[in-house]
Order: sequence, then structure tokens, then C-alpha cells
Amino acid sequence: MIELREVTRRFEVGDETVFGLHEISLTVPQGEYVSVSGPSGSGKSTLLNVLGLLDRPDAGEYLLAGEATRRLGEERRAALRRQHVGFVFQAYHLIPRMTARENIELPMVLGGMAPAERRRRSDLALERLGLSERATHLPRQLSGGQRQRVAIGRAIVLEPALLLADEPTGNLDSEASAEVTALLESLNANGITLLVVTHDPDTARRAHRRLRMLDGRIVQDQAGPARES
Amino acid sequence: MRAWDVLTFTITVLSRQRFRALMLLLAIGVGVCSVIALTALGEGARGYVLEQFSFLGTDTLVILPGRQETTGGMPPLTGAATRDITLADAEAIRDFVPGVRRVAPIVLGAAEIRYQSRARETIVMGTTADFLRIRQLQRATGSNLPDADFDQAQPFAVVGGKVQRELFGGRSAVGHWLRIGNRRFRVIGVLSGRGDSFGLDLSDAVLVPVASAQQLFNRHGMFRVLVGVHPGRNRQAAQRQIEQLMQSRHQGERDVTIVSPDAILAGFSQIMGSLTVLVASIAAISLLVAGIMTMNIMLISVRSRTEEIGLLMALGASPGQVRMLFLIEAGSMAAAGACAGVVAGFILVAVGRALYPEVPFQVPVRVVLAGVGTAVMTALFFAWIPARQAAALPPVTALLKGH
Repeated sequence: MIELREVTRRFEVGDETVFGLHEISLTVPQGEYVSVSGPSGSGKSTLLNVLGLLDRPDAGEYLLAGEATRRLGEERRAALRRQHVGFVFQAYHLIPRMTARENIELPMVLGGMAPAERRRRSDLALERLGLSERATHLPRQLSGGQRQRVAIGRAIVLEPALLLADEPTGNLDSEASAEVTALLESLNANGITLLVVTHDPDTARRAHRRLRMLDGRIVQDQAGPARES
Repeated sequence: MRAWDVLTFTITVLSRQRFRALMLLLAIGVGVCSVIALTALGEGARGYVLEQFSFLGTDTLVILPGRQETTGGMPPLTGAATRDITLADAEAIRDFVPGVRRVAPIVLGAAEIRYQSRARETIVMGTTADFLRIRQLQRATGSNLPDADFDQAQPFAVVGGKVQRELFGGRSAVGHWLRIGNRRFRVIGVLSGRGDSFGLDLSDAVLVPVASAQQLFNRHGMFRVLVGVHPGRNRQAAQRQIEQLMQSRHQGERDVTIVSPDAILAGFSQIMGSLTVLVASIAAISLLVAGIMTMNIMLISVRSRTEEIGLLMALGASPGQVRMLFLIEAGSMAAAGACAGVVAGFILVAVGRALYPEVPFQVPVRVVLAGVGTAVMTALFFAWIPARQAAALPPVTALLKGH
């Protein structure tokens, strides 16, 4: 699903060059559940942005579903993103003037899908998320957990193969947190590749494969069930 | 994206920034409205003047006493005559200039007219039967002045519609005797319509034979002479021959002015040209202002929606889509403003028509289309930079703002 070959992403901060990613090579097969942790500035978010085609590496190559992406035009990258990638953000990023349903339908609207098909899919997603009664609510009328579930609905409504979550439970209390994590894991159980960026060790431990980053490099890559340490 | 989705998306965006959208709407509306109102004014003025001249036709000449060297512009209303144009001169033109079909000498004055106990001060015009034919005036009832010799002072009068109303109280004036000054005239005809020309309202005038008017006002010279040339005959040649004839009859002095409608209309079209330039520059300035406003408003819109732009990109919107969304936002505001301007413009035109029914105000369809089209194109042109900025935003930085 994902293949990074010696990918480097540099940022100029003042006179200094900071490596967001430093010659990272990584392969994630379809259906895997990966967590990425590490201190602030270790490159977790940069990795997520590069994987989601929101950011472009300075060197190396990134293959998404077998297609080399570094030199692709923005139009093609947008199409790949729409086709393969779903995003979940810490701050939800719902559009405040749109209802829950309209937010979920937004990727389909951008893709030019027919209204009837959109309606069918958003109905399905709302039901799956347990939000059918909240379909016409605006984001400000929803709780944090509900908002994040709407955002997840929006991310998966086009049935992407890859779901990228950036601190998905960072703004939630423990109950809503558990709910959202369970939802993400059930999606993974149904075959979606799930990559969660977090600095919460408990959340990180739940993944089947755990990456740890420091200064733009992957310093630890553990697989298998996590052990209590 | 589907067109309908783009539209609803844009409407929800605009409804969130009503004040900004309204201001832009207003700026563009005022621009388009002023174009329409000024064009209507220009067209109305042109139509009004053309109507005023239409009676002259292209085969009519006007002879005025005195010599004016100026060409174009309005005809001189008073000539500093060295020598009068006499009835004999008018007769000579009728009898000796080839191609001349009709001659209407005019003597003009004001007099008190009286019928029974009612009296009224009006314009009295001494002329011939040809006057009604040259001016293409219609009669409501009765007959024209008699086709007699110019020097026959017959006591006949043709009155305007207003004179009949005011003096005869709605009853037909034909056959009744009327007193003009100290003479009595029999009304033989009544004019219909307004018969307006150069501020002279013929419905409030009395026409009498030219020799009668000469006696009434004790005036020898003509105010002017209208000459109708046979259609198809060379008018310029007739004009030259009249000039030569008048010169020979006036001891070699070239002391008359001959005006043709062409010369007057040429001067007028110069005025219309300047008016068109004025309309165009007002339109250009207001659209420029609206354009700059559009750019500002769209820049603000892009700034305040950075996060949303990043999100749209994360959800798979291409830079082209983002650019299109912002261009359509600007374009739809401009289109709405332009339509409001068209409506306001037509309301102004309707008001103008109600206030000045004699001026034919009208707005050509092409001006409406050009006004709306230019407004929308200007908005799109000025929105291009903000829209490109939005499309070029890196999704990462755009999203970071939300954290």
C-alpha cells in the first residue's frame, strides 16, 4: 500500500535546515494498523502529510498503491488523494456552516458524484457511526466525540484504502476517546490500512506495528502484540 | 464538481459574509445602473433631436435672413439681417429654382386672440398651405390654409388643438369667427397632435395666411422660409441656385443663410459622440472601483478561509477546483450586483419616461448585455489573483492554522 524509499523532507528555519524526514524508508502492506509516536518536532506530522500527499518530499520516492508520486502534478495528486486516502485530524476540521450530512458528503461533492448516490452513501455512513439522528445538526451542535465521528465518516465515505489519523483523540475525554479508537479499529478490522499519529503511549500500544520517530528518523519499528513494559 | 453543487457551496459561503457580499453587490450595481441610465439618457436625447428634425426630412432647406458663417450646431434663431427676405423673394424661389416643390414663408408674432368673452395670448404664425405639408402636420378637422397667392391676405385661420380646447371649450372651432388683434378670422381647420418643434408648441398657436400676418404685425420681412425640394432632386444644387438667386435679387449681397438638416445633424452627432465617451469613462471608472473592491474582498475571503482551503485539498480538491470555487464566488456576486443594477437602471428609465414623456428614453439590449458582461468579466479578472493564491496554498500550512 505504502512504500517510502529514502524520503527526505527539509525545512528552512531561519538559517538552519531542519530535517522533517531524513532518508526514511518504510513499507506498509494493505490492512496494517500502525502507530507513529515520538516527541514534538520528531517528524510524525510531516510523515503523515507526505503519506497523504499533502506535502511533497525533497528527495527519495513515495509510492502510493504502486504509483510513484513525487513528480506528479497537483491535479493528479489530488485525484490520488481523493481515491486512496482519508484524513482524520485532531481539530476535526469540519466546515462550521454545513450540517453533519453535508460535511460527510463533501468529498463526494468534490468528486462530482450524483446526489442520489451521495445520499445513499451518507445515510449508510451516518447509520454506521450511530449519528442518523444528528444528520441535520451543525458541528457546533455536536459533542467532541460526535464531531470526530462525523470527521471519520467524511474520511471513509469514499472507501479509501488508507486512513491517516493525526492525534484523533487529542481533543477528547477518555470516554469519547475510547469510542473513537474503537471505531477506527473496527474500520481496520474491515481491511482499511490505519496509520495513527499519537504521543499517547496507551493509544500507540494498541497498534499491531509501532513506529517511534526522533529527529526525522524512524528509531524503532516494533511488530506483533505489544507487551506490558 | 457538479454545477449545482458549486452553486449551493457558493451560496452558503456568501450567506456567511452577507455584509461583504452586499457591499460588492452595491458597487457593481451602481456601476451597471449608471451605464444603463446614462445610455438611456443619451439615446433619449438622440431620439428627441432626431424627432425634432424628422419633419424637415432630407429634402428640406431652411432659409434665414442674415449671414452666418458657422457651420453645424443649432441654427441661429435670430439673424442680424441687413436686408429682409420678402414675399417676392419666396415667390421667386418657388417659380424660378428648378427642383423646388414647396415654399413656406413664415412670419411669426404674438397676439391676443379672442372668441366671445374668452381671450388668450398666443403665437400667431403667418405661412402658406405648404407649411403643413412640409412639416407633415395632420389636421383633426377642417381644411388647410387655401392654396392662394402669397400676397392674398385672406381672413382664414387654422388653430392648434390647445387653442380649440381653451377658447372653444371642447366644441369644434371650425366655422367660428375669431378675433386676432383687431382683425377677424374664420377658423377653417384644427391641428391634431402636439406638433412640437424647437420649443414652439404648434398646438398653442394659430396659423393664418402669410400676408394676413404681415398686416397684423406690420412686418415686411420673413422670419424664415422653408423650402421643400422634389425627392430625388439634388438638394445641394437647389441650395446653390437659391443662394445665387437671392444674391442677384439682393444687389449682389450674400445676406441669407441656408441651413440643411445634414449640417445640423452632423453637429449633433458630434455632441452624441462626446456623450458616448462620457458614458464609457464613467462605466470604466465605476467598474475599476468595483474590480479593486472585488480583489480586496476575495483576498479577505481567502485569508479567513485558509483552514477550509487546506481541508478541501485534504479531501481531494485539486488546485484547479479551489481556484474555480473562488472565481465563481466573485463571479456570482458580480452577476447578482449587475442584475440588481439592471433592475435599478430600468426603474430610473421608467421614472424618466414618466417625467418627460416627450423624450424617447430607451436602453438597447446590447448595452444591458455589455454592462452585465463587463461587470462579471472585471470581477473575474480582479478575483484571479486571490483565487490563484488560494489554489497555491500548500495544504499543510493551510491546515496548521487550525491547530
